[in-house]
Amino acid sequence: MQNIINVAYLVASILFIYGMKGLTHPRTAVRGNLTGATGMGLAMLAVLLDPGVEKYQWIIIGLLVGGSVGAVLAKRVEMTRMPELVALFNGFGGLASILVAGAAVYKPSIALPVGYTTAQYYQANIATAATGLIGGVTFFGSLVAFIKLAEIALGGSVRIPGKTVINALLVLGCIAFGVLLVMDPSNSLYYWGIVVLASILGVTLTVPIGGADMPVVIALLNSYSGLAAAATGFVLSNNVLIIAGSLVGASGLILTGIMCKAMNRSLTNVLFGAMAEGEIASADEVYAGKVKSTSADEISMLLDGVSRVVIVPGYGMAVAQAQHAVRDMANLLEAQGVEVEYAIHPVAGRMPGHMNVLLAEADVPYEKLLEMDQINPTLEQVDVAFVVGANDVVNPDARTNPDSPIAGMPIIDVDKCRTVVVIKRSLSPGFAGIPNPLFAMDNTLMFFADAKKAFQEISASIKENM
Amino acid sequence: MDLISILTLFVLAIFVGFEIITKVPPTLHTPLMSGSNAISGITIVGAILAAGAEGLAGESSLFLWLGLAAVIFATVNVVGGFMVTHRMLAMFQKK
Repeated sequence: MQNIINVAYLVASILFIYGMKGLTHPRTAVRGNLTGATGMGLAMLAVLLDPGVEKYQWIIIGLLVGGSVGAVLAKRVEMTRMPELVALFNGFGGLASILVAGAAVYKPSIALPVGYTTAQYYQANIATAATGLIGGVTFFGSLVAFIKLAEIALGGSVRIPGKTVINALLVLGCIAFGVLLVMDPSNSLYYWGIVVLASILGVTLTVPIGGADMPVVIALLNSYSGLAAAATGFVLSNNVLIIAGSLVGASGLILTGIMCKAMNRSLTNVLFGAMAEGEIASADEVYAGKVKSTSADEISMLLDGVSRVVIVPGYGMAVAQAQHAVRDMANLLEAQGVEVEYAIHPVAGRMPGHMNVLLAEADVPYEKLLEMDQINPTLEQVDVAFVVGANDVVNPDARTNPDSPIAGMPIIDVDKCRTVVVIKRSLSPGFAGIPNPLFAMDNTLMFFADAKKAFQEISASIKENM
Repeated sequence: MDLISILTLFVLAIFVGFEIITKVPPTLHTPLMSGSNAISGITIVGAILAAGAEGLAGESSLFLWLGLAAVIFATVNVVGGFMVTHRMLAMFQKK
């Protein structure tokens, strides 16, 4: 029987590898996800045949409760709320790892076979400590990310004085409890000690990170949830947990790298440093007397006879739920033969790929969503660029002012377009907390309004003039 | 399985992970994340082992409660993760 189960785990692992690979190409992504789900189903069937599984009632109850909660959440959530849902699911994965390793502390036979060796004994106990640490950081880190993304509390970047010292002490505390646990695994207090300290660590690591850095943290927590599963695999000496967990750990790290690169910052800088210090010009100096505000009617006149329009969305579009209104205006323009494209900065929004998901929800074909490197060389031929709720990712200071805190960050060069229309509720700064000279440029018009209302008004005005 | 073979497995799987995820178009960043997140719900295998174990006489049944809770949370992760990924990908595909 054990051989059949292990072969099933092997097949499940292969399905996970194919599934993840499928998820990296648009044509194969749906199939890839289904392949991963099939692998999961197979692994679950296999474990039910394990001789260690003797009673089924708790398993069935758990599957029914968890399955219905998961299904309802997945069906009901609005696309704009996707980042926090992903963060929450991620946290649940970490929590499940904590609970499994905890169960093995109270009932070692879950982890250790009859007649186990000393090596197996130490492996299981060290892995239990590691699971408590990684799982705690994953769960509470994801929970804080969820609270931030759902805008319940802790908005922006919260300062914790002496956080480096606190974090170091927490890690040392976890190691100390870990050593105690390995020496006396029957004392469950040591395990929960690790979990509590790791949970605090998850909070202190995540609370200081905010705004535009969220995509990095979400990707990193995604990686941690995989590592937590792999650590649980070491507790149980279970192949499929180790393989699947490592795959996710690796893919999360790659995504984290992509996000860091898009901000021209190192991971350590995102996690431990604040934004780089630099000469910050005061908002008055940058804006005084130079900001021109405009109206929907003026914009619709401006759009008369243009041939190329680019839309640059940011987090503000998600907040205002403006994606459908944006698409409606784009449709009107396209009906008049205008070429409309979307320029997506890799860290626009609060989650990797956030803008792509929102625009796909509004039926924008993905061929129209262009990456920064694709669109930048062509921006000089653009008649009108709309900046919708984006700020730091279009700040020309990153390119031209070496003293700026965001100097060197790759940006979308909208300032090179013939005319830039910035739709924003006020002149308030973005996450970097610096004024944006783009708003004061000669070819920039500011439309101070809620993004959704603004595009509805512009569309109405275009229709009137038709 | 001894520690060395299990470590070998771990390291090789990480390398496989790095190799298969090379160039991901930004459109797929979110689905890749939520799909791989669902796969990290593989902990459900461990949760089932914990919730299905038979308690011995005189043994605390705490492990059962932990196992049950683990099954619930892991299932939310797995079912919700795959479904929400499918929903997102369906939006990309409908054109």
